[in-house]
Amino acid sequence: MMRVVLPYHLRTLARVDAEVQLEVDGPITLRTVLDGLELRYPMLRGTIRDHVTQQRRPFLRFFACEEDFSLESPDTLLPEAVASGVEPFLIIGAIAGG
Amino acid sequence: MSGVRVLVGTRKGAFILTSDGNRQRWDISGPHFSGWEIYHVKGSPVDPNRLYASQTSGWFGQIIQRSNDGGKTWEQPGTKPGEPTKTPDGMPMGESNKFVYDTSTASGKPLTTHQWYDGTQHPLEFKRVWHLEPSLTDPDTVYAGVEDAALFHTTDGGQTWHELAGLRGHGTGSKWAPGAGGMCLHTILLDPTNPKRIYVAISSAGAFRSDDAGKSWKPITRGLHSLYIPDPNAEIGHCVHRIALNPSRPNVLFMQKHWDVMRSDDAGESWREVSGNLPTDFGFVIDVHAHEPDTIYVVPIKNDSEHFPPDGKLRVYRSRTGGNEWEALTNGLPQRDCYVNVLRDAMSVDSLDPCGVYFGTSGGQVYASADAGDHWAPIVRDLPGVLSVEVQALP
Repeated sequence: MMRVVLPYHLRTLARVDAEVQLEVDGPITLRTVLDGLELRYPMLRGTIRDHVTQQRRPFLRFFACEEDFSLESPDTLLPEAVASGVEPFLIIGAIAGG
Repeated sequence: MSGVRVLVGTRKGAFILTSDGNRQRWDISGPHFSGWEIYHVKGSPVDPNRLYASQTSGWFGQIIQRSNDGGKTWEQPGTKPGEPTKTPDGMPMGESNKFVYDTSTASGKPLTTHQWYDGTQHPLEFKRVWHLEPSLTDPDTVYAGVEDAALFHTTDGGQTWHELAGLRGHGTGSKWAPGAGGMCLHTILLDPTNPKRIYVAISSAGAFRSDDAGKSWKPITRGLHSLYIPDPNAEIGHCVHRIALNPSRPNVLFMQKHWDVMRSDDAGESWREVSGNLPTDFGFVIDVHAHEPDTIYVVPIKNDSEHFPPDGKLRVYRSRTGGNEWEALTNGLPQRDCYVNVLRDAMSVDSLDPCGVYFGTSGGQVYASADAGDHWAPIVRDLPGVLSVEVQALP
């Protein structure tokens, strides 16, 4: 069971209080994690990745194990610590705006 | 009528203000969708408890919310948790926040670009829904005006949205260019006497009409004149801020243009200026009295560089003659040191008698008049900046 931490407004949309626990089949990559997240919480579709291009929205970043995965290929394997649930996968909103 | 419900969209959430028919004491609910920009909230004329809201964010994009109980509870009408997100043949299921431009031949070219500031063609980029206009006859059918400018509609209560691509594809779409506020389709008017007639307005492309339920469109801008457009017969490029009509006389349209207040008596075929004695004919909102089709309201704004009322005095101007002759309505409105703006979707009228008039400001005040504008009072003073105001008369 892996763990995903959502930014505040996406927690509100998904109606979850804290981090999300996900069962993801197969290799743990950016793509499979986000696919699994959107399958369980379809109200998040389009809010993290563009509906059509599947590109990360510009003001969101992906972190895990103190590494920035935002610019990595969607098929990049995430660290074993994330896959095993020891460390969470973090979706962070850019700190900007008023 | 037992009361009214005022639906307020702000830069940091939605608020619902309710009162009985006297419209003196108000209950305030909100913020709903706290922290999100709520461009517009509007109820179905068929089922007043069916509300739709446009919730947007620069971080997370567009969300559509729907309520079936007058705003007490809300849901995103797309795929439910645990339901498949793809059809058995692998096609993506409908998503309530998915607005994808139609690039089929139905839209003309296919059309994927519009004119950018430097004159080159620029890809269309969906940014947000500015305006939601529920059908006059079906609570599950809603029209959505979006930025970059296009008209979408849903017939399944907001689960899926499809572009009425004939608007962009009618011939001028590639020449539309954004104004300072973005290239948004902000006004959608449905003719209650002719279900096939729809009016829309776009900044800064102009105004358009369809007589076949949105399949085909034509510009309706003859008589509009705009500074810096050298062609006096230009079909597009006019910065239309708002159009309003009275349902009892839908062929008569009133327009607040960037500059100029205009009137058409022939469903937009031609326009004439009715700015008359207004202190300035720049502004954003315009609306029509619910029972007197020649009584109209505007809020003059100083100019296009100073978006606040002239002389620091917040004044609604009313014409009872369909334009040209205007009177200032000031009773209850601040008459000194007031430097707020009233945005294009932030005025509405109710259908009670006497007609109620409502508007919201960039300073977070929502003002109401229960006597057609003679007296005003704030319902609430300190909301986030108001983007939109709609009102429903409740049975």
